[in-house]
Amino acid sequence: MKSPACALRPGNPGGRSDAATSEARETMIATRLRAFLFCALLALSLGAAAQQPAKDAAPGPNDGCLMCHGDAGAKAASGKSVAVDAKQFATSVHGSMSLPCAACHTDPGFGQMPHGAVKPAQCDSCHDKAVKDYAATVHGKARSGGNHVAATCASCHGTHDIKKSSEPGSRTHRANLEATCAACHGNEAIIKQANLPGGNVAGMFHDSVHGQAMANKTAAKDAVPTCTGCHGAHDIRAKSDPESRVSRANSPAMCATCHANVKAEWEQSQHGKLRQANVLQAPGCIDCHSTHQIARHSDDKFALGVIDKCGSCHADFAGTYRDTFHGQVTQLGFVQIATCSSCHGAHQVLPKDNPLSKVSAQNRLATCQTCHPKANANFVSFDPHANKHSRERGQLLFFTNKFMEILLLGVFAFFGLHTALWFFRSLKAMRERRGDAPPRS
Amino acid sequence: MATPASALPASQAGASGRYYRRFDVLDRVMHALLMVTFIGCALTGIPLLVADHAWAQAFARMLGGFQVTMLIHRICAAIMIVVFVGHVVRVFATAARTGKWLEMVWSPNSMVPNLKDLEDIVGHVKWFLGKGPRPRFDRYTYWEKFDYWAVFWGMFIIGGSGLLLWFPFFFSQFLPGWIFNIATVVHGEEALLAVGFIFTIHFFNGHVRPEKFPMDPVIFTGRVSEHEMLDERGSEYDRLVKEGTLQAVETDAPSPGLKALAYAIGIPAVMIGTITVVLIVYSFLF
Repeated sequence: MKSPACALRPGNPGGRSDAATSEARETMIATRLRAFLFCALLALSLGAAAQQPAKDAAPGPNDGCLMCHGDAGAKAASGKSVAVDAKQFATSVHGSMSLPCAACHTDPGFGQMPHGAVKPAQCDSCHDKAVKDYAATVHGKARSGGNHVAATCASCHGTHDIKKSSEPGSRTHRANLEATCAACHGNEAIIKQANLPGGNVAGMFHDSVHGQAMANKTAAKDAVPTCTGCHGAHDIRAKSDPESRVSRANSPAMCATCHANVKAEWEQSQHGKLRQANVLQAPGCIDCHSTHQIARHSDDKFALGVIDKCGSCHADFAGTYRDTFHGQVTQLGFVQIATCSSCHGAHQVLPKDNPLSKVSAQNRLATCQTCHPKANANFVSFDPHANKHSRERGQLLFFTNKFMEILLLGVFAFFGLHTALWFFRSLKAMRERRGDAPPRS
Repeated sequence: MATPASALPASQAGASGRYYRRFDVLDRVMHALLMVTFIGCALTGIPLLVADHAWAQAFARMLGGFQVTMLIHRICAAIMIVVFVGHVVRVFATAARTGKWLEMVWSPNSMVPNLKDLEDIVGHVKWFLGKGPRPRFDRYTYWEKFDYWAVFWGMFIIGGSGLLLWFPFFFSQFLPGWIFNIATVVHGEEALLAVGFIFTIHFFNGHVRPEKFPMDPVIFTGRVSEHEMLDERGSEYDRLVKEGTLQAVETDAPSPGLKALAYAIGIPAVMIGTITVVLIVYSFLF
C-alpha cells in the first residue's frame, strides 16, 4: 500500500502474499474507486426514487460503496473492519427499501473518494422522534454525560442488519430482547466498568418467572414482559427518574398493565392505602416480589425469602415469628409451614382490628383452620408473635423465660466450676499416683 | 475376705481381679435406650433452636427435611417416655415385691439425696481445693443423683411441654392457647439445659474425666473391678463387706466382646455429644 491517502485497504481473503499481488491490487482499487464515484453520484441523484423498494436491483444504488466495503476483509487504516455484508443488508429493513448508504451515512466526507475517517451513521434523518426521545433516556443521558459504553441506536438495533421488531430475526424482537440487553446488562466486564445498576439483571431476569416463560417457550411466552415490557424502549429511564415507568411510584401501575386484578386487591390493603396517602415507603409489588428475580409464589426460595422482606419493615414481628415453631422450620429452609402471608394474606394485608383482616378476631379461627383443621377457640388464642423478653406483652411468659434462664445459668455455673476444679484435681491425683502405684488395670 | 480391702494399699487390692455387678441387664438396656433416644431428640430438635445457621439447615436437609426430623423426634420421645415410665414402675414394683418401701427412699441404694450427699459435696470440693481427703462414696454419688433427678425434672418439663405441642387440639379443648407459648419456650430452653448438661457435665463426670477417659464402660458392661470399686466407692465396698453381701454381687469379668461393644456404643455417643455441644456453643456465639 503505497498511498497513505487511501484509507481503504482490502483484505487478503485468498491468503496470497502481499508481494505477489500488490501491483494487481493497486490496479483493481483504482478501477473500483472510479466506479464508486460514478455510482455514488448516481445514488445521490436517485435518492428520492430509492425510498421505494426497487424490484429490479440491478444496478443497485450502493454498488459503488460496495466495491470497497463489499469486500469481507475491508479494513480502515486503524485496522477496524469496514466491511458490509451486502446480502445481509439487502434483507434488512433498510435494504429491503433499497435505501442508499448515504441515507444514513450523511457525513459530507463520504462524497470524496477515497474518504478518510467520517462521522458515524445518523438515524435522525428519518427517525427524528426516536432519536429525540432517546436523548432523554438513561442511555442517552449517559452518552451525553461522557459515558462511552451506554447504548446507542446501533447497540440495540444493529447496523446493516436492522430488522423490524416484529420480525423473529430482529434484535429487538421480544424473543431476542433479553440477549440484546444482556450484551451489556449481562456482561460482567461491562457491568463492572460502567457500574451498571442492579448488576447482572439480564441473568436474573432469565431465571425469573417471566424469563423462564420465554426461555421455555411456555404458553405465556407471548404475554410475559421482557426487558422493554417494563422499562420501555425509547423511554427507558432510571428508576430514580420520576417519569420512569419503573420508578417506585409508577411501578405498581406498570405491573398492573398485566396484573390489574392484583393491583386492585393491593389497593384495598393497608400497604395500598398508605401508598394512596402518598406514603412512598409502603410496599408495592417490587418490595416483596423483587424486580428482576420475580419468582412464582409457590417457589420455595421466594416463599422463604419474602419473610425477610416483611421483616425489613416489621422487624419485631419477624423476630417473634422466629421464636415460634413456624419461624424455626421456615428458617431451617422448609416451606410446608406458615409464613407471614399464610396468616396475614399477601396482597390484601390488613391490620387485625379491621374486620376484613385474615387475623381479625372474627376471621382468625378460619385462618388457622386452613392448616389446622381441628383448631378450636382456645387453640387460636395462641400468640404466634409472643415475645418472651417483653413483660408488657405477657407476665407469665416473661417470668417463665426468666426462670429458665436463671436455671440454665445456675446449673451451668455450679457444675461448670465443679467440673473445672475436679479436672485439675484429678490430673494432679493421677500424676501423684503414677509415682507410687502401677497403672489401673 | 479376712482383712477389709479398704485397709490394703490400693496396689494390692487391685490385683485381685474380682468384678462386682453394679447394673443389671435391664438397667443397662434402659440406659442404652435413653441414650439413643436422647441423642435422637437432640439431633432433630437442636437445629430448630439455631435455625439461622447453615450447619443446622444442611443437617436437617440431610436427615430428610423437617417432616422426617419431626417424626424421628416423636418416635424417640415416645420410646423415652416408655423407658421412663417403665423405670418408675420397676422401682415401685421392686419395693412392693420386697416390701422394702423405706429402703426405696432412705438407704444407700436409694436415689433420694441424704445427709451423706451433702457431706460428700463439701468434702469433694475441699478435696478439689487440696484442703481434705477425697470422700469415700457409696453406691450412688451426689452427682449421679443429680443426673438422675435431672432426668426426672426434664421428663416432666420437656416431656410435658412436648406432649402439649404434639397434641395441641386435644389439650386446647381444656387449656388456654397461651399454654402453647409457654410450652414452646420451656421445651426449647429445658432442651438446651438437658443437652448442654448431658453432653458436657454428665460426660465429664461419668466418662471423660482423667480417671475414666475416654469412657467408663460400666453402664454397658454392668461390671466394676474391685480396684475401681475401692477407688470410687470405698464406702459401698466396706458396707457390703460388713453386711456380708459383697460375695452376692461378685461376678465374672466382662467378656472382651462385651467390653468392645461398650466402647463401640459409648465412644461414638460421647463424640456425637461433644460435636453437638461445640456446634451449639458456636451457634450461640456467632
